[in-house]
Amino acid sequence: MNFQEILKYFVYAGMIFTVLAGIAAYLTLMERKVLAWIQQRMGPKYVGFKGILQPLADGIKLVIKEDLLPSWSDRTVYWIAPIAVLVPALLMWVAIPITDGIVLDDSDLGLFYITAISVLTVMGLVMAGWGSANKWAVMGGLRAAGQLVSYEIPFIMSILAIAMLAQSLNLTEIVNQQTTFAFILKQPLAFVIFFIAGLAELGRIPFDIHHAESEVVGGPFVEYSGAHWAVFYLAEYMNTFTVAVLTTILFLGGWVWPQMPFEGSLHDFLSILLFMFKTVAVIYLIFWIRGTYPRLRIDQLMAFGWKLLVPLSFLNVVITSIVLFYGFSHFVLSAVSIFLTGVLFYMISNRSKKYDSGETVRIVSSSQVRDNQNFKEPL
Amino acid sequence: MISQGIASSLTVEISFWVISISTILSAIAVVQIKDLFRASLFLILTFLGVAGLFILLGAEFLAGIQLMIYVGAISVLIIFAILMTREIEISNQSHYMRILVSMVALGFMLLAISLITSTDWNLIDSRSFPQNQTDEIIATVQNSIPTLSKMLLTEYVLAFEMVGVLLLAAVLGALALVREKK
Repeated sequence: MNFQEILKYFVYAGMIFTVLAGIAAYLTLMERKVLAWIQQRMGPKYVGFKGILQPLADGIKLVIKEDLLPSWSDRTVYWIAPIAVLVPALLMWVAIPITDGIVLDDSDLGLFYITAISVLTVMGLVMAGWGSANKWAVMGGLRAAGQLVSYEIPFIMSILAIAMLAQSLNLTEIVNQQTTFAFILKQPLAFVIFFIAGLAELGRIPFDIHHAESEVVGGPFVEYSGAHWAVFYLAEYMNTFTVAVLTTILFLGGWVWPQMPFEGSLHDFLSILLFMFKTVAVIYLIFWIRGTYPRLRIDQLMAFGWKLLVPLSFLNVVITSIVLFYGFSHFVLSAVSIFLTGVLFYMISNRSKKYDSGETVRIVSSSQVRDNQNFKEPL
Repeated sequence: MISQGIASSLTVEISFWVISISTILSAIAVVQIKDLFRASLFLILTFLGVAGLFILLGAEFLAGIQLMIYVGAISVLIIFAILMTREIEISNQSHYMRILVSMVALGFMLLAISLITSTDWNLIDSRSFPQNQTDEIIATVQNSIPTLSKMLLTEYVLAFEMVGVLLLAAVLGALALVREKK
């Protein structure tokens, strides 16, 4: 142990933070642009060329903004909460490879480490909710805890099926297993479950009930302002990027699928480009879903998680183990998985119809009310 | 880094003392602090410290499980229960069973100490392994998951199944409790 080694760790930590913060900042711009395209607007366009410097302006604005503290708040908890959300988001990147060899710790436990770290985010949100001493914040914190704990199960179960298929928990090894067939072709069901549960873990629309503006105002973040609020959103966008990268690594074949035709450094360059292209495509899909889907109600969210995703993810693990144990062809696995994905989408569309007919609030015209025999005139 | 574990002695030494002292201090804080919510946060810190100690022992798998189950599930459950309780800030003052509780706690502590002192910790040294198995043992210690999972599903499968039955019973119990009575 020497001074250099400590310095190395600090440099690595600084590097991860800087790169991820930059990516998160530009993801906000990308999100605003994508949403603007979907809604036929221009999006940010005045700061820099076509709004390219907008994240910088936003950052400066947030940092110089006044930081408010509610007088009833539990101060220590209130100030620690943003850090408790940000640190797990950064810790995950210790084990995530960008391409063959570019990773801080190519651990044999990489996937397991990431799932273990990803559960820590909940605590920060609950702390923020409690520390704010605000009823909406506490409600938001509770909702966050319920939602994140529920959706962790299908999230981890879909990862488990992939680990069984790859026979490894090392992320580089998992990518190298996908040279001929990416795991999305063998396990489309696991991909869909992972993606939906990932959206729920991120708390993005349609699963954003814990900071839904129209229900709990801003959830755990309602009292935060300025730099501390920015830290929460930094963590959220970092996690969005992480989920996109994990989707690419686990299901879309990372940097090896489809194979690049060239050799040497050109091959490596194209591999990184391929990896980034896939990641951006997944992020685009996340933003696209945000722009086009309405928010779920809390009971719908819980029912969807527990009654549909959890049983299907367990079924997926069982099917994968049967196929692997008896040594069936992986095409069997693909066929069953595609069938179950169809079942999942059928259930989703059917379910929403059922919910539409059983609404608690019904919109009726005044003539309908007048014709109704049971209707009483208000006094 | 998690896989390198016990790489250099001074780092391990410093981290051991930092982690164990903070674990003990937060464990004391759990029982001493009056604010229940903060006490539960210190409980989480204790769990994290124990996970850190597991990593220092080279048991990364156990550390991950500790994070997932204790920090991710059990403490969330505890905090849920606390946030649902009325008058959170003035609770945690029910000291009317103080003497009884401290006797029980002392008894548990003595039991734990006697167990620690009577356990044969040099498990690997005390058995005589053939020379050709040494590499295998080193590989097992460095990456324990394959061995652990094999043992769980072959030799200790009964314990594994019993845990499954226990969880099933818990699920059924929860369902029986919340079921609407007609």
